[in-house]
Order: sequence, then structure tokens, then C-alpha cells
Amino acid sequence: MTKGQKILISGNEAIAQAALDAGCTFYAGYPITPQNEIIAYMSEHMPLQGGVFIQSESELAAINMVFGASAVGARAMTSSSSPGISLMQEAISYIAGAELPAVIVNVMRAGPGLGNIWPAQSDYFQATKPGHGDYHCIALAPSSVQEAYEVTKDAFRLADMYRIPVFILSDGMLGQMMEPLLADSQGSMADGKRKKLSTIDYRLSTKKWAATGCKGRDAHVVKSFYMNMGELERFNLELQEKYKKIKAREQKQEALYIDDAQVVLVAYGTMARLAKEAMAILRKKGVKAGLLRPISVWPFPEDIIKRLTVSGKRVVFLVIEMSYGQMVEDVRLAVNGRAQVEFLGRSGGGIPSEEEIINKTVALLNC
Amino acid sequence: MKKVFSRTSSLRDVDTHYCSGCGHGIAHRLIAEAIDELDIREQVIGITPVGCAVIAYNYWNFDCVESPHGRGLAIATAIKRVRPQNIVFTYQGDGDLAAIGTAETIHAANRGENLTVIFINNAVYGMTGGQMAPTTLIGQKTATSPRGRDIGNEGYPLKISEIVAQLPGVYSVERVSCDSPKGVLKAKSAIKAAFKNQMDNKGFSLVEVLSACPTYWSLTPADSLDWMQNTMSKEFPLGKIK
Ligand SMILES: Cc1ncc(C[n+]2csc(CCOP(=O)(O)OP(=O)(O)O)c2C)c(N)n1
Ligand code: SF4
Repeated sequence: MTKGQKILISGNEAIAQAALDAGCTFYAGYPITPQNEIIAYMSEHMPLQGGVFIQSESELAAINMVFGASAVGARAMTSSSSPGISLMQEAISYIAGAELPAVIVNVMRAGPGLGNIWPAQSDYFQATKPGHGDYHCIALAPSSVQEAYEVTKDAFRLADMYRIPVFILSDGMLGQMMEPLLADSQGSMADGKRKKLSTIDYRLSTKKWAATGCKGRDAHVVKSFYMNMGELERFNLELQEKYKKIKAREQKQEALYIDDAQVVLVAYGTMARLAKEAMAILRKKGVKAGLLRPISVWPFPEDIIKRLTVSGKRVVFLVIEMSYGQMVEDVRLAVNGRAQVEFLGRSGGGIPSEEEIINKTVALLNC
Repeated sequence: MKKVFSRTSSLRDVDTHYCSGCGHGIAHRLIAEAIDELDIREQVIGITPVGCAVIAYNYWNFDCVESPHGRGLAIATAIKRVRPQNIVFTYQGDGDLAAIGTAETIHAANRGENLTVIFINNAVYGMTGGQMAPTTLIGQKTATSPRGRDIGNEGYPLKISEIVAQLPGVYSVERVSCDSPKGVLKAKSAIKAAFKNQMDNKGFSLVEVLSACPTYWSLTPADSLDWMQNTMSKEFPLGKIK
């Protein structure tokens, strides 16, 4: 493929290709549906680019391998689906605690437990309010194949810039779906003739903190353990400062027709595609509907919601999710009682349909 | 006056937090000496465990990465693959390497990763208060085997070195014991060989070091050495396994 040419590719493969284009030199993963295309793509292409691919013995090992690769300065990624992400939680907390960059892809499936392999959005809590200890991950939720490519590339930049784990929150539908992609790949994607990493022009920030051998400098330690009284609290306050900065700078959303909207549909990822269709139909019917699609789900785009609601104008938020109500909590916090917040959700394989969204919206306005 | 002995440069001039008679301090020193004799301090990346030795990086003077409990060999695998020019080793207790981290241990060994593993077997969990370890001897009393380890309930002491030695990807496995000056010298040469193997790209080398925990054996440091010589090394025979 030459530069500037579109190819037809799945969401999962687009994420893998984006990582390669972002200068990811390390990938470890363990098979789980519906993200197997990522690990397969990486096994094929990562070695051709001169990077390291490992099929690990478990998700525990995969995320700890990412920890190790990142600790020595590599751009590193793993991918999994819901149960596998649960297994990774301990190490993600360590990665946050050691302030290491990492990219973690969750192609969500339905739960709880083994659940099934149908798409769902029921790991929103896990990505935005993660595991043990006071930490955060940036979490980005694309809603098309093109956007999956773009946010994944950007995830590596953000991870390096803030030294933070970044989640790509995808789902089984987006992962499997094929759409045209315009990639700015440096090498060839289809013919396997990739350039070696050393010749690829990606700007890696110099990672002065990495453990690379102490030649010519003092020894470096990558760690998350703070034993002395007061030390951990001081460190945690520094982390909180970092999170504040990220909240101020990195909120990302798509907002359509929200200024005159009586009802703002709030949905992300695959769900937002259906919400967008529903909004268009509602507008045709003369209903003033708008769409707010969070792209960063952490930091949650609360500023735009605040702006919409502080004026005192009457507006209803209808939050639509492939879950039984997770993101709706963040919408309620952002709205802070200034507007009505309603919810429509299905999970376990079911997806709220356009018709259900339209009916619920109309019912809301009529009551 | 002629200087005949000095602190090796990979060891910092600080006091350790270890109990008196603890084997960790000896093992730290042997590793530091081996590294300096091979002149690889500036290339070394050490992986410290969760266990009593978590802050070994405060005592060593080279780059270190602190691992989650048991995952040292996953971390080391990635580091060595990304930076083959470095010398990478893990330092792990028996709980870390042979209980919670068993899968990582077996699979790194089976992949034949070119790594050096220093496995500290003290037959208990030190850091958490002397609970039973996979390597606790039959009949040994611990905080969680108060009537002594009973094979009906707790199974047998796990001989992870013998298991790992079966794997074709593994280059060398040796068990040593820091129970006497002679034992310490043997341990040193085994540790040095395990680093040298990595420098020569030989593959996975593991040294199991029997190491005293007088605190949770409820023995004096001197009696601990006797127990290692007369009891522990009967269950865990010393020597080259592979
Ligand atoms: C996931 C997890 N589980 C449990 C612990 C608690 N823990 C800390 S150290 C340890 C065992 C240490 O024993 P060992 O590896 O034998 O090392 P030693 O302290 O004896 O040197 C345990 C269970 C932990 N930190 N993390
Ligand atoms: S508890 Fe045991 S292993 Fe831990 S420092 Fe004390 S003697 Fe050493």
C-alpha cells in the first residue's frame, strides 16, 4: 500500500497497525475473542518491523511483559478482552504507580464471568475507575475503524507524555467490523516489506528515567514501593497533580447539534454510531436532538456538559450504553443536578436499537 | 597497610534492614561481587521481587526494576528481548518464584530466555510473617502450618529446580547453600557462572540458594546454619542439577 491510499481493514487490525505506525516496538498478548486479530496481526508484522512479539502464557504475564519493556524505554502494548483485562488489573496499578507509559487495548465483550463474546460496554467502570490504589488511566473510546487507528496512535504519545497507562476501549462490534482506513503508515502494510524500525521516523521522547544500565550515570530504579512514612502520600499528591493537568487538557468529544438541543443523546464507541443515526431521524421528525460522543472517557468530557447546563436552559440528557448504566454516573456528576439525566441500556449481547432510542426520546419529551 | 578486602562497587555503603543471620544479605553481596568481577555493573538490570528483598535496589548500585509479586520472569523476559545488550537477572524468593509466579518461571525457562535467575529458598514467607511456603519442609511449623506441614493437607515441598531442569530450553540449574564459608564460596562461583552463561548467550540459568531465615525458623543464626546443613539440604540436595 502506498501512502494516501485507503484500505479495507477491521477495527482490530487498524489498532494493531496504528501501534506499529506509532513506533510500538513491543507487544505481548494472550488469545481471547473478540480481539484475536490484534495478536495475529502483531505476530505477523511486529518482527518484520524489527520489534518484539511474544505470545505470553497468560494475561498476567502479558501485562507484566509490557511493564518490563516500558521500564527500559520501549513503546509497549498489550490487548485483550474483558476477562483478560481483569487479570491484568494488578500490574496496571503497578504501571501507574511506577509512572510508566503503556497502551492496553480492551475489545470489550459481555459479562459478568465468561459471559459471551458479543460486544458490550460493561467494562467502562474498569477502564475509568480502575483497580487498587488512587490512580487513573487515560481511556479513549473510538467509534469507527479510522478513529480506532487515530486514537491508538495518539495513545502512545499521551502515554509517553504523561507517563501513564492508556486504555483503548473498543468492543467486539468495532473490533470485527471492516471499514476503509486511511493510514499514514511509513512502510508497506500488505506486501510485508516494512521498513526497519531504525529507519522509521517517529519521535520518541527521550526516556531519561528508564532502566537501561547505569553507564555514565547514577543507578535508576523503576518502582512503585514507598516504604517511609509520608513518602507515598507525597508521591500520591504528585500523581493527583498530574491527573488534574490531564483533566484540564485532554478531554475529547464529538458534539453534534447540541446548542439548540432539547435532548442530548450521550453515547460512546459503537453505541454512538446508532445514537447518531437515531439523532438524524429525530431531527427529520422535528425533534431537537443532539449528540455528545465522549472520545476520552477518562478524562470524561465534563466541561462541555457543564457549559451546556450552567445557563439554566432546559435540556434532557439521554445516556445510551451497551451496559446497565456505567457512563451515566459520570454524566450525572457533570450535570450535578442542573438537568434531567435519563438512561437506556442493554447488555449481555443486546444493543439498544435506533427504534428504542427514538421511542425513549419521544416519550421523554412527551412527559 | 596493604588493603586485602574492600566493599565491591556494586554494593552501596548502607546498612540493610535484614534480621541478624538472614541469608539475603549474603546473597546480595555474592551477586554484587560476581557482577563486579565480570565487570558488567553498567550493563546489569536487576529485577527485585515482592518479599523481604523488595528494596534490594537500595543496597545494590546498578539499575533495577521492582516487580509485582511473582512476575519477575515476565518482566525480565521483556527487558532482555528489548535490550539484549544488557545483562538481566531476577532475584526471587520461594513464594515469589515457586508459588504465585510458578507459571512465569516455567514458561520463561521453557522459552529458554537468556536470563540469570537467583532463587532464594528460605522455606518460609519472610516478608508477610513466616507463613508456609511451597518449599516448607514436611513437619515444619510456620504461621500457617502451626501443627507442622502435613502432606495430606499441604502436599510436598516443591522442588522447582528439579522441575525446571527437565525443560529442554534450560541451560543450567544448580543448588547451593549459604550455610558455611565453603558453601558461600560455592554459591559465589555458581552465581558467577550463571551470569557468565548469559554473557555467552547460553540461555536460562537458575541458581537456587538455600538461605537462612532465623526469625521465622525460630532458631538462632548459628542453629539456623546447623538446620540447613543437617535437615534442609537433605530435602533439597545440593549440587549441579543440570
Ligand atoms: C499479589 C500479592 N499477594 C500477596 C502479597 C503479599 N506478600 C508479600 S511478600 C510475600 C511472600 C514472600 O515470600 P518469599 O517470596 O518466600 O520471600 P521472602 O520474604 O521469604 O524473602 C507475600 C505473600 C503481595 N505483595 N502481592
Ligand atoms: S524475615 Fe527472614 S528472610 Fe526476612 S529479613 Fe528476616 S531473616 Fe531475612
